Amino acid sequence: MPQINLIPSRSPPPVPPPQDLYAKRKQIYPKLAHGKFRTVKWVAMGVLLGVYYLIPWLRWERGAGVPDQAVLADFAGERFFFFGIEIWPQEAYYLAGLMILAAIGLFLVTSLFGRVWCGYACPQTVWTDLYIWVERAFEGDRAKRIRLDKAPWGLNKAARKIGKHIVWVLIAFVTGGAFILYFHDARLIAQTFFIGEAPLSAYWFAGLLTFTTYALAGTMREQVCTYLCPWPRIQAALTDEDALNVTYRYDRGEPRGPHRKGESWQGRGDCIDCKQCVQVCPVGIDIRDGPQLECIHCALCIDACDGIMKTVGRPTGLIAYDTDTAVAARAVGMKPKYRLVRARTVLYFVLMTAIASLMAFGLLNRGTIEVNVLKDRSPPYVRLSSGLIQNGYTLKLVNKAGETREMEISIADDEGFTLKVVGIETVAGEPILLPVASNGVDRYRLLVTTPEQASDGRQHFQLVLTDVETGEIHTNRTSFMAPGE
Amino acid sequence: MSDHNKDIDQPTGVETTGHEWDGIKELNNPLPRWWLYIWYATIAFSIVYMVIMPAIPALPGLGTNTPGIGGHSDRMNVAAEIDDLRTGRAGTGSMLVDASLEEIETDRSLQQFAMAAGESAFGDNCATCHGAGGRGAKGYPTLADDVWLWSGTLDGIEYTLRHGIRHDPDPETRFSAMPAFGRDRLLTRAEIDDVVSHVMTLSGRGDDDNDAAGRGEDIFAAQCASCHGPNGEGDKTIGAPDLTDQDWLFGGEYDEVYNSVYNARNAHMPAWGERLDDATIKALSVYVHSLGGGE
Ligand code: SF4
Ligand code: SF4
Repeated sequence: MPQINLIPSRSPPPVPPPQDLYAKRKQIYPKLAHGKFRTVKWVAMGVLLGVYYLIPWLRWERGAGVPDQAVLADFAGERFFFFGIEIWPQEAYYLAGLMILAAIGLFLVTSLFGRVWCGYACPQTVWTDLYIWVERAFEGDRAKRIRLDKAPWGLNKAARKIGKHIVWVLIAFVTGGAFILYFHDARLIAQTFFIGEAPLSAYWFAGLLTFTTYALAGTMREQVCTYLCPWPRIQAALTDEDALNVTYRYDRGEPRGPHRKGESWQGRGDCIDCKQCVQVCPVGIDIRDGPQLECIHCALCIDACDGIMKTVGRPTGLIAYDTDTAVAARAVGMKPKYRLVRARTVLYFVLMTAIASLMAFGLLNRGTIEVNVLKDRSPPYVRLSSGLIQNGYTLKLVNKAGETREMEISIADDEGFTLKVVGIETVAGEPILLPVASNGVDRYRLLVTTPEQASDGRQHFQLVLTDVETGEIHTNRTSFMAPGE
Repeated sequence: MSDHNKDIDQPTGVETTGHEWDGIKELNNPLPRWWLYIWYATIAFSIVYMVIMPAIPALPGLGTNTPGIGGHSDRMNVAAEIDDLRTGRAGTGSMLVDASLEEIETDRSLQQFAMAAGESAFGDNCATCHGAGGRGAKGYPTLADDVWLWSGTLDGIEYTLRHGIRHDPDPETRFSAMPAFGRDRLLTRAEIDDVVSHVMTLSGRGDDDNDAAGRGEDIFAAQCASCHGPNGEGDKTIGAPDLTDQDWLFGGEYDEVYNSVYNARNAHMPAWGERLDDATIKALSVYVHSLGGGE
């Protein structure tokens, strides 16, 4: 691969004037872009906001006594409901698995398409986009906004500014309000919230999210991405020279310069230096300077430039999703090669598939009853007055079903072991039945005895639990301690 | 900083700090101003915090730390939390008090509550002597087996817990006294030898044909049988140990039994009724009963 400088060479900049230790923020006035990526972003915004605001209102029938909200993080009841899936605290590993899947998924798309997360799906991007849209509605597009900010304060300016902030705060409140719907019964909390009867935490989180939405999307915007968010650093490290990033094809654009209609395009680049790509950029950078940390890869500069290319009659795609290798190859007159199948993309894909199938398998095969047997460590065994050796155990039965169950407990082909359950009458020859409350955990104390002669040191036996109704069988191997030789 | 030798980074036109690592120079980009404001805000916050909350430790003349005007203290927080917990548990706690022990052990939810409460109370109060899980030690009965000096029924355990063993201040305490046959000169050393030889045979560990064991039988009948029963089977109503089983609280070796007869062993357990509330006593009874040998 020929080594080339990715940043077009420029004359050394003049020595800057002495600057303050702390920089005032440069106000950015992003211009409205039109084009296919802008359309994609409108659609993505609509879908994502719709999902966020509407999901808590979906219902899902689960039977009596269990919440019927489709998606609910029920902290009081220690459950997480996601449509047909119900996650117990004991199964928090599913949530961990989900996080890992999300992380690797992000790695995968980043290695393929660069920072598409930042560009289209990040909440910061989506809400900022929405807020800029509102701003535009009140104050007009870029030129008008700049003029308005420069204009002296007057009724018109005040009305526009106040109106904008009111709508911003309203959106922020709806955002914070929707957040708490995920943690409570949505209809109930919506009713009690406004009459002051919701739990304190609901007000706290609604207030917090209202404030952060307003502050982050309204006033901080690109500064969040540039200074606060660690993700651009991570994501930038994950993209490589083969990832499709928003790229200025300097091989085609340079040398740039104004172009008059009818002039020849011979010996010059396609960029007419109109700065449209700079004006639409929500983070206020010039993509022609090469890849930059600030760039959120929103592709709006592509739309802007494509529009220009159409008017000047050149092919679109001067700024486009492209890879560093392709640009470098074209710069030296080679045919660009796109490699989406690479070691790392394959690895991420395989990892994702493996974890996803593991989780799916676990979810599909999990029973409604979970059995845990814990052997007493102290004392490891006791000798009864009859000379028998006895061990104690704690049995934990988790019943995830909506109805009460009964489990028959026994010891598999008992080698002289006798089983007793504290608090339950045992009749010889009759099965021992343990009731297990619905949606709960029941503990039983088991006492297992064996004649001393049948024992030396550690032995094992199988505890068998059979669901009387469904016939579901759980076996649990556990150990039995006796005095050694 | 002097202006004359500023180092300017050529590609960006930004002044550097003059720091350089492996040929990489640090640009002196200014921080955003709002960052500075947040820093000011944290300073303001810390001052307010210092005034309201306990903050500055070890000031001369000020015992511990500045108290702060907010009236905050960990001690109060803990007290408030304990109060909350008490009220939270009061419902189930009073149900424990009202229910009989048998009811507690057969009612699933009461039993689970009692077991949990009993387990923690046991760890706090009883495990010191009786060991974790009631494993016992020499002189401290194992509670997980089925050998009981007094009684291993729910009510018996509760009574022992409430009133203790040989706990003088409690008039209803369980009390039994074995005479110190040697120390108080009730028997001679030779007689004690004989009777111990006999006792050893009761649990099948002595030699029946032994002369001493034969002589001891009569002594046993005269001195010991009134409490331990003619065959040494013990008597739970008066706390007399069963001498025929394999369980020896103070050890079943010849020397250990000899020592018990010579000096007498009278262990002591405090009356927990004086220290623990009703609900805890009941929870403990159920817990101990469930350990393994409850009758
Ligand atoms: S929009 Fe296109 S033509 Fe205009 S300055 Fe940017 S890259 Fe050049
Ligand atoms: S340079 Fe980056 S952030 Fe700016 S418009 Fe282009 S893609 Fe968006």
